Formats: sequence, C-alpha cells, structure tokens
Amino acid sequence: MTPQKPLHLKTYLLIAVMVIAGPLGNVLLGKGMKRIGEPAVWPPLQLLHTALNIFTSVSIWLGIGSLITFFVAYMLVLSWADYSFVQPASSLAYGVVALLGYLLLGERVSPLRWAGIAVICLGVFVVGRTNPRTTRQV
Amino acid sequence: MPHFILFTLIVVSGTGGELCVSRAMKVVGEAPSLRPAQVAKVVLRALRVPWMWLGVGMMAVAFFSLLGALSIYDVSFVVPVTALSYVAGAFGGVVFLREHVSFQRWLGVSLVAVGVALVFFGKS
Repeated sequence: MTPQKPLHLKTYLLIAVMVIAGPLGNVLLGKGMKRIGEPAVWPPLQLLHTALNIFTSVSIWLGIGSLITFFVAYMLVLSWADYSFVQPASSLAYGVVALLGYLLLGERVSPLRWAGIAVICLGVFVVGRTNPRTTRQV
Repeated sequence: MPHFILFTLIVVSGTGGELCVSRAMKVVGEAPSLRPAQVAKVVLRALRVPWMWLGVGMMAVAFFSLLGALSIYDVSFVVPVTALSYVAGAFGGVVFLREHVSFQRWLGVSLVAVGVALVFFGKS
C-alpha cells in the first residue's frame, strides 16, 4: 500500500500549479485573440493571414507557455490520481480565470456569475475530500 | 450556429482528448519523483503510447476552437461554459477508464455543474 500523506501533498501541489498556470494561459490567449479579432477561415489566404496573426502574437505565445506548464502538471498528476478526481479538483481555476479576466482584462463579471463561481468552489471542496485513487495501478 | 459548433468542439474534443491522455498516463505509470530527469523520462515514455497522440490531436482541435471562441466572447464567459465537460468527464471516467465515482464525488461534480449553469445565466 502507498502511504496516503505524500500522495496527497504531491497531488495538491501540482493541482495548485494547474490552478494558476491554466487560467493565466487562458487570459493571455483571450488578450491576444481580442486584439486579433474574429478569425476569418475562408478564403485560404485569409486563413493564412489569421494563422500568421495568431503565431506572431506575444500574448498568444505567453499563453501557450503557461498552458504547457499546466499540461505537464496535469499529465504528472494523472499518472497517479483518477481523472474524475483531478478534473473537478482543478475547477478552482474557474474562479481564478474570472478574477484575472476582471483584474487584467477589465471584463464585467455579473453578481450571478460570481455566485456561480462560489458554488463551483463548494463543489471543489466536496470533491477534494474524496480519495484521489480508486482504481488499481496497471 | 458556428459559435455553437465552436463550444461543442471545445467540450467534446477537449474531454475526449483528456480521457485519451489519462488512459495513456495510466499505461505509463506513476512518476517516481518530480526531479527533471524523472519527469523527462515519464514524458518520453508517454510519447510512445498511441493514446497520447490521439489525445493530443483532439486537444489541438479543442485549442483552436477555444482561440476562435476567445476572439468573440469574454474569457470569464468562455472558460466557465467549457466546464460542461465536467458531466462528460465524470461519465467518461466511469465508462472508458473503469473508475469508481463515489456518491460524494458525484455530489461535488453536480455542485460544480450548478455553479457553471449560474455563471452561464449571469452572462448579460
């Protein structure tokens, strides 16, 4: 049997990385895409122009870097914890993304949306009290 | 209508991709430590699992759909809407990965889903 304490510590540490890096990446992508505008995909020359705009944007690349950090943490945590535990546990990211959208991009977040975020956090708390592993190792 | 397709692609392709990656990582096994050499070894081992490539491909589709949605809507709207994948994820975990999802975990997932719905209706 694997001791539970180190497993939990490792799991929560990596989930914390996911919760910060994921939303930051999305906010940076949002910033970049807002500047580029709605992408045109037709005719093909327009698609090329759109792709060029996307891949020469500093915000997009910073966002991709942040999402890669998120992805590596995610891959590692999935190697020992269940998917149906990791996905809900990382939903704190929804609160962080709204906060960053509000603070960094000046998005208007309605009270109902904040209430929704609070309910999400409650759900995360409930999920966080369950065992991170329910299947046997292959 | 095209916007509806964008969100569907983000949710379906994103969840499918995550399930494939999860399945691949279960094959690869647990990372023995967080030392860079060990992490690199796990990543390299993961790249030899076909599930990983299928997962990454699906996640790429979801990523470009996300970029499209972010060019139209606020980040604080797009990202919560993509949380529709929680429902898909819990069912996918049970069906494809044979994970046991306890009542308490279902309760948590449901609360998260209600929260996401409130976020959605608080759009205007």
